[in-house]
Amino acid sequence: MSSRALAKDQPASFAFNAEMMAQAKRIIAKYPAGRQASAVIPLLDLAQRQEGWVTRPAVEEIAKILDMAPMRVLEVATFYTMFNLAPVGKTHVQICTSVSCWLRGSNDVIRACKEKLGIGMGQATPDGLFSVGELECAGACVNAPVVQVGDDYYEDLDLAGAGKLLDALKRGEKPAVGSVTGRDGSAPAGAPITLTEKPVPPPKQDFAAAKVAFEKAKADAAAKAAAPKA
Amino acid sequence: MLADKDRIFTNLYGRHDWRLAGARARGDWDGTKEILEMGPDWIVDEMKRSGLRGRGGAGFPTGLKWSFMPKTESDRPHYLVVNADEGEPGTCKDRDMLRFDPHKLVEGCLIASFAMRAHACYIYIRGEFYNEASNLQIAIDEAYAAGLIGNDACGSGWKFDLYLHRGAGAYICGEETALIESLEGKKGQPRLKPPFPAGVGLYGCPTTVNNVESIAVAPTILRRGASWFAGIGRANNTGTKVFCISGNVNKPCNVEDAMSIPLKELIEKHAGGVRGGWDNLQAIIPGGASVPVIPKSICDTVLMDFDSLRDVKSGLGTAAVMVMDKSVDIVACISRLSTFYKHESCGQCTPCREGTGWLARVMKRMVKGEATLAEIDTLEQVTYQIEGHTICALGDAAAWPVQGLIRHFRPELERRIRDYRDAKVRDKAAA
Repeated sequence: MSSRALAKDQPASFAFNAEMMAQAKRIIAKYPAGRQASAVIPLLDLAQRQEGWVTRPAVEEIAKILDMAPMRVLEVATFYTMFNLAPVGKTHVQICTSVSCWLRGSNDVIRACKEKLGIGMGQATPDGLFSVGELECAGACVNAPVVQVGDDYYEDLDLAGAGKLLDALKRGEKPAVGSVTGRDGSAPAGAPITLTEKPVPPPKQDFAAAKVAFEKAKADAAAKAAAPKA
Repeated sequence: MLADKDRIFTNLYGRHDWRLAGARARGDWDGTKEILEMGPDWIVDEMKRSGLRGRGGAGFPTGLKWSFMPKTESDRPHYLVVNADEGEPGTCKDRDMLRFDPHKLVEGCLIASFAMRAHACYIYIRGEFYNEASNLQIAIDEAYAAGLIGNDACGSGWKFDLYLHRGAGAYICGEETALIESLEGKKGQPRLKPPFPAGVGLYGCPTTVNNVESIAVAPTILRRGASWFAGIGRANNTGTKVFCISGNVNKPCNVEDAMSIPLKELIEKHAGGVRGGWDNLQAIIPGGASVPVIPKSICDTVLMDFDSLRDVKSGLGTAAVMVMDKSVDIVACISRLSTFYKHESCGQCTPCREGTGWLARVMKRMVKGEATLAEIDTLEQVTYQIEGHTICALGDAAAWPVQGLIRHFRPELERRIRDYRDAKVRDKAAA
């Protein structure tokens, strides 16, 4: 298991801004009355979106909003690895290094970060603009290697592709999300092999006949069960 | 090869409109009311007859699972929970369904919930899938606005609410009871079973947890008929399946094909073959990180289905095929997986919490050969001490890749240990 704790230096206070508070209320309404604790992960996420990381005052504030013991919220914040328990760079680059990405060169992506940003795994640039972290399987394995920047995935990278991406991010641009080689989602590169025809609605079965057959089978089974054993 | 007309996920690659209008043009939401009017018993029976086995990894028959839910409503509401916490290394099939075919899932949620007498369904999506969650939320909103779900879903009189819930990065939450805990706002630590979720699940109420793919295929199965689905693949391994082919192939991709397709055909037809040709193949992990690796000799002939992969002591899992050619350091690969399981163990059960760390440390040494020959047996024995001795299957999943490595690549482990020892002796002599 991963061992995580809140950062030593903490801000004095936390409050959701009006927009985040409105979102929080909408989220809490998704769960049955009395089950508002279900909203703890989404609310921690909102706090992180607002502040950049999850702070101790945010944990305490969320505990108050959801009527939970602060320890229960802290437990969740430390358990789930998407929560940053210390400040990260303004642009947080997470590199997937799991097997599929590793097989297709995630080490080159790590190298590109070192070359372009001058930092390795778990480090941040001195100006606080960039940080690099590890991601345990992004779940985009056929588009490996993959990095996640903020909420977005960049796929099909190699040393040059990752370098180009990082250069663009350094210039403050937001490159087009997805495959950097221009693939359609998870389709194989090149000419399509499947799904070449225009999709049409599939044929439907005869529901009336199916209902008759189902009722008959049910009746037969009931009759068989009721019949005296020979 | 499966014909396009028999494919369920006709927008797998996102080449068409994924929103309601596009989905309808592809046949989604067509006659949903008719299906609901057939009644819960017929739906469950039809799902049973289709032979669909759960697509999340364990392969439990979906119709049978649905039938475990109480047949009448009580003061405890019923819940359907959809597991979209996709994170098994190698697996990225649900992602395409969530972002490009979300209406198949939304329609499936309605039908499955109706069949299990649930008025509410939660979809638990992994936190990293932000853009996928965004598409799915739009699809849910569209379905509400069109009256397809809500107070009178599809005009059937059935009240149905669908909610999307985002996780925050924990592989273990793909385990159904850990997912329920997480959805309740706790750490994702699995529960002991029994009681099973169908009796005591979310908020202590009857709950069924299904994988995205299992739910998303249901509307098409019911529309076309169980016999259509059962006619694809082979007995006990029916239907179509979305395979993810990653690693050292020429064209990694996701593809929907018939269950029981030969592994070799799958890779050569759809993924452009193994890099450097089939003879350059070293080994394949055929079903996501937690199933044992199989060497080329088995890959030559094995079929991609639950039973044939089980027969070769591996598994279909999530049908995530990870291909390794001869250039790959197979020991380092399994060592990487051991590191993954160490990171993702929830820490609840001692054999897993301590065992995954131990495996990861020993595997790191095995990569270099910094071990004794006897330690290979010790390593194997420890995997059997973890397997089956934990609340959930994460312990098993951590053990199996290592077992697979020792089963098929013991000579490689031994060679490294001898080489390392010989190098040490040489260094000493030179000094």
